[in-house]
Amino acid sequence: MSEISIKDIIKPENLVYQKTKLMTDKPLSYCPGCGHGTTHRLVMEVIEELGKENDTIGVAPVGCSVLAYEFMNVDMQEAAHGRAPALATAIKRLWPDKVVFTYQGDGDLAAIGTAETIHACNRGEKIVIVFINNGIYGMTGGQMAPTTLEGMKTSTTPYGRDAALMGHPLKITELVAQLPGTYYVTRQSVHTPSAVRKAKRAIKKAFQNQLNDAPGLSFIEVVSNCNSGWKMTPVDANHWMEENMFPFYPIGDIKVDGELVK
Amino acid sequence: MGELKLMKGNEALAEAIIRAGTDGYFGYPITPQSEVMEYLTAAKPWETTGMVVLQAESEVASINMLYGGGGTGKKVVTSSSSPGISLMQEGLSYIAGAEIPILIVNVVRGGPGLGDIQPAQSDYFQATKGGGHGDYRLIVLAPSSVQEMSDFVPMAYDLAFKYRMPAMILSDGAIGQMMEKVEFFEPIPRLTDEEVKARYPWATNGKPKGGERRILTSLDLDPSKMEQHNYDLQAKYRKIEENEVRFEQIQCDDAEYVIVAYGSSARISLKSVKLLREKGIKAGLLRPITLWPFPTKKIDALVKQGVKGFLSVEMSAGQMVEDVRLAVNGRVKVEHYGRLGGIIHSPEEVAEALEQKIIGE
Repeated sequence: MSEISIKDIIKPENLVYQKTKLMTDKPLSYCPGCGHGTTHRLVMEVIEELGKENDTIGVAPVGCSVLAYEFMNVDMQEAAHGRAPALATAIKRLWPDKVVFTYQGDGDLAAIGTAETIHACNRGEKIVIVFINNGIYGMTGGQMAPTTLEGMKTSTTPYGRDAALMGHPLKITELVAQLPGTYYVTRQSVHTPSAVRKAKRAIKKAFQNQLNDAPGLSFIEVVSNCNSGWKMTPVDANHWMEENMFPFYPIGDIKVDGELVK
Repeated sequence: MGELKLMKGNEALAEAIIRAGTDGYFGYPITPQSEVMEYLTAAKPWETTGMVVLQAESEVASINMLYGGGGTGKKVVTSSSSPGISLMQEGLSYIAGAEIPILIVNVVRGGPGLGDIQPAQSDYFQATKGGGHGDYRLIVLAPSSVQEMSDFVPMAYDLAFKYRMPAMILSDGAIGQMMEKVEFFEPIPRLTDEEVKARYPWATNGKPKGGERRILTSLDLDPSKMEQHNYDLQAKYRKIEENEVRFEQIQCDDAEYVIVAYGSSARISLKSVKLLREKGIKAGLLRPITLWPFPTKKIDALVKQGVKGFLSVEMSAGQMVEDVRLAVNGRVKVEHYGRLGGIIHSPEEVAEALEQKIIGE
């Protein structure tokens, strides 16, 4: 049998997949196994596939994805904590032909930025919000988030979240789906290949809504693990997420084409 | 001569905002400046110039709408009054850090806290010394008439874009609410999207074909880069201090005593100068138009010219007086006079204060 070298394999005709050019070559700062990197890639793949590389403005949050603009190869602004929907509102209103999105975590979107989130959704701003929910503040070292499950241990709920003392986990996605300004609201995950494919379809639908000038905002929650914050291996974190996060944050469309899914 | 109109200061400001080629106004109602957004929504500029007018959910949101909109190279403005301006300090710090040109108008009312809705000048520190966190400045223009509420809008925009930083018009409830004649400048057309792209290559409005993406951020986790960013900001601020000081001087040439006052206090003090002159006291008025950069060199020149004392007249407990003292640097007497909490001093009170506090002893 003749020797096959790597050069025989790396040929254009053998190419089945390559990184989108809308992801920069900078190594991701995310922990191995975290859903941020995959979600970044899906958003950028969708923008490339829609041919909107030169017409997109993204707004990055404060949190783990504070440096999203280092990885996403489109024009980007870095907002103050929670304020991304306000920035995106003005950008879209002043440049209605451009594609505008925010990328935010749970603390950013559902705690400090609740007002900006609710009102951008309620005004029906024609933007896309990509929302990563991992139930924890990852960047600052694993404190309680608005989405932290009851009983879940974090560095500020070391004995588990007690709803009587610390309030209840917030289903912000179900909440914004009730507002007439949202057009498409869905909850996805990126922990398995099939989930990644479904999430990409959802993200694409959201951006297509914007390109079609759909009357309202498209909102995609991605439930992700935070294996570092949850203090688990990536594999265990994904199992834990399926067993604990998904029952409370069920995966699937909540509102499609302006209608709540029954 | 252009069209002459009788208008409230707030209305003149709103009309000037439309005429200055503004692309977007984002605001939240607060007394005593709610007429600004009321005028704009009644005028419907989106049907004429194409300007966007949006009532935000809070001042926190409106300042961040300015961050987003200004970051795309568009001309954006907000107006508010003291408590609302306090809410905007976070956004202003980010905007200054990310070097985005925007215009913000503060029609100042009495404080602290909710205070009252009467005119005051107690936001001077907040406007000129930072207000938010970090080492940054705003260009601060202080109108003292309805005419200047109009004239300063295009001037503030020009400065903001020239230096890529926030500019503030620091007015007060008296200037905002009073009616006076105003002659408007000829309308300045809004820039087209293509003009914005050509003029402001730093702006994030879609990556140029074949070009590099633009990033607007106030963040750099590398402290050596952040230090350099701060040095660059400071170099820009020194340039502004060198080139952009604006003031008006009235009867300062032979003055032995000079009142330093801006905005409403300058109008009142003008009468005080007249009263003092009638009594044979050689008084003059220095009216800073830019509160930052402050006319430090002018005050130094006045000291060298032989002025024996300065009275800083402000509707505050004494804020600008600190900048006057720094400029005078102990060479002659500097005192403050001013009523507080929304009370306006009379010309007689000011004249008497100069006699007692500066000449008297």
